[in-house]
Amino acid sequence: MSEPVPLTTDHPGQVASTTPPAPGRSRRLSDRWLAVTFISPAMLLLLAMSVFPLLWALYLSFTDYSATRGGPANFIGFGNYTAILTSAQVHTRALTTLIYVVGAVGLQTVLGFGIAYLISRRTHGRGVLTTLFLVPMMLSPVVVGLFWRFMLDAQFGVVNSMLGSIGLGQVEWLTRQRTALLSLIVVDTWQWTPFIMLIALAGLTAVPKYLYEAASIDRASEWFRFRTITLPLVWPLLLIAVMFRAIEAFRLFDLVYILTNGGPGVSTETLSFHIYKVAFLGFNTGTASAYGILMVLVVIVLTQFYLRYLNKLKEG
Amino acid sequence: MAVSVDEAVSTGPARDHTPPARRFGGRGRSVLEVALLTVLAVVMLFPVLWMIETSIKENRDVYAIPAKLFDFTVTLEHYKDVFVAPDGGRSALSVSFLNSVVVAGASTVLATVLGVPAAWAYSRFAVKAKKDQLFFILSTRFMPPVVVVIPIFLMYRQVGLIDNKLGLILIYTAFNVPFTIWMMKGFVDEVPAEYEDAAMLDGYTRLQAFWRYTLPLLVPGIAATAVFALIFSWNEFVFATFLTSSDSVRTAPPAIAGLIGGTTTDWGLVAAASVVFALPVLVFAYLVRKHLIAGVTLGAVRR
Repeated sequence: MSEPVPLTTDHPGQVASTTPPAPGRSRRLSDRWLAVTFISPAMLLLLAMSVFPLLWALYLSFTDYSATRGGPANFIGFGNYTAILTSAQVHTRALTTLIYVVGAVGLQTVLGFGIAYLISRRTHGRGVLTTLFLVPMMLSPVVVGLFWRFMLDAQFGVVNSMLGSIGLGQVEWLTRQRTALLSLIVVDTWQWTPFIMLIALAGLTAVPKYLYEAASIDRASEWFRFRTITLPLVWPLLLIAVMFRAIEAFRLFDLVYILTNGGPGVSTETLSFHIYKVAFLGFNTGTASAYGILMVLVVIVLTQFYLRYLNKLKEG
Repeated sequence: MAVSVDEAVSTGPARDHTPPARRFGGRGRSVLEVALLTVLAVVMLFPVLWMIETSIKENRDVYAIPAKLFDFTVTLEHYKDVFVAPDGGRSALSVSFLNSVVVAGASTVLATVLGVPAAWAYSRFAVKAKKDQLFFILSTRFMPPVVVVIPIFLMYRQVGLIDNKLGLILIYTAFNVPFTIWMMKGFVDEVPAEYEDAAMLDGYTRLQAFWRYTLPLLVPGIAATAVFALIFSWNEFVFATFLTSSDSVRTAPPAIAGLIGGTTTDWGLVAAASVVFALPVLVFAYLVRKHLIAGVTLGAVRR
């Protein structure tokens, strides 16, 4: 037998390799040490600023604590939770939130995918078009909310002005119960359609061209191509975008706060907005905490779905 | 598989090879599609144009009924009002812009310093329950701000961080760290670990290998990630409005929102302030357009 061929060829004259290699153990140990020192600062911050506050909220949710009264927190068991889950007020807000999430995310998906599809069929000016369409998404909710409030003003708003000029009547966008929620959905759709569009566009441009070529050799109809090639290939990515938007829409607060302030009446109060009222206007910190914990539970469930699906998609 | 906007946007091979005779009205359909896209683009952009227009209109024209689309007097008064107080000093708005720069800048730097090493460690080492840890990290980002702000408010009241820039910086950092880790992990994954192995064969320690070989390659990714963190902090409203109150600490979003508190609202000023506020975001977003998909999905989707 000849000498075993070395698996790695050391550079001749490399001094380091002449010393017997330290057992891999020490290197791995230092790797572990590095990993811990690099990860733990970020982890500690998250524990202090995200986990600890939630645990505190969890504790408060079992008490009748009020941030302004300042007295000791009395333990009242699941009192807050039963109060919230049986409250008709909360049910109304849950329904409002549901209508808003379904309406807004549904509209965004249809519009966003539609625009992406139209853009993907263009050969010229795609870059300019995409960039222009993306502008609303990058704006702060404050700017978006304020500005639409101005545009939807019943008296001097430009929207009513335009409706008037084409002979349609004036609409009290933000001061009527029905239209206020609709306005909220429209504004959110305006801001977030680009989000769906962006992701759908990525999916559409990633569809291999040869599939279309093969289909056109087979003389497949346009609709058939769309249904059997485009949609199945873009769908997984589109679903990611939709789920992401649904979680975000479920938590919506700032747009409501600025655009309608929950009104008129309580017609545009989402769950987040209601929590804010209970906590900062009613000062029922304990109740608000229980309310918040329930919402967090829903978010955690939604996020788990989202992340698991994302993971499946990455591995598949 | 990295499809950036630029790629998605590049003029690929024309797909419409089909002879026009085969599909009746192929040309007419194309015209229709362009028309539809134009209408949609106008609808999407109109509010932005209207905002810019309002910001340079004289007050008389701002409240004109019916609204004046073209025929109005141009003025820069509103922009002056954004920065200069009526008495000639610095306006409260300009102070809030400065606060925004400080808070967004500091929290971005902190999030980057904490997040990048963590992302590298998650990418390179066999960490226990890595997937669960990463999921947990991203989950914290999805918490409803209104829920988090209640205990944070109580916490800050205990330690005197209410109405304090440091308090805002801390909470923004905590919100940006998950994003930074997810986004950067993607960038680190793209740098072959073999570079570090090779450097270590040359006698460098793992840390030196990271510092000298991997980190320089990560700089463009770090820049893009930091820009997104900057945008998130800059635009943030909920924490800013509940955790700060005085003019000297308040950041721009609550300050701009505060303009509509009174009985009458100076919409020209609101528009000008909004333009000043939004302009840097749009410029920055344009700079990182290649990474927009990863950025807006918090680093979860990279295609």
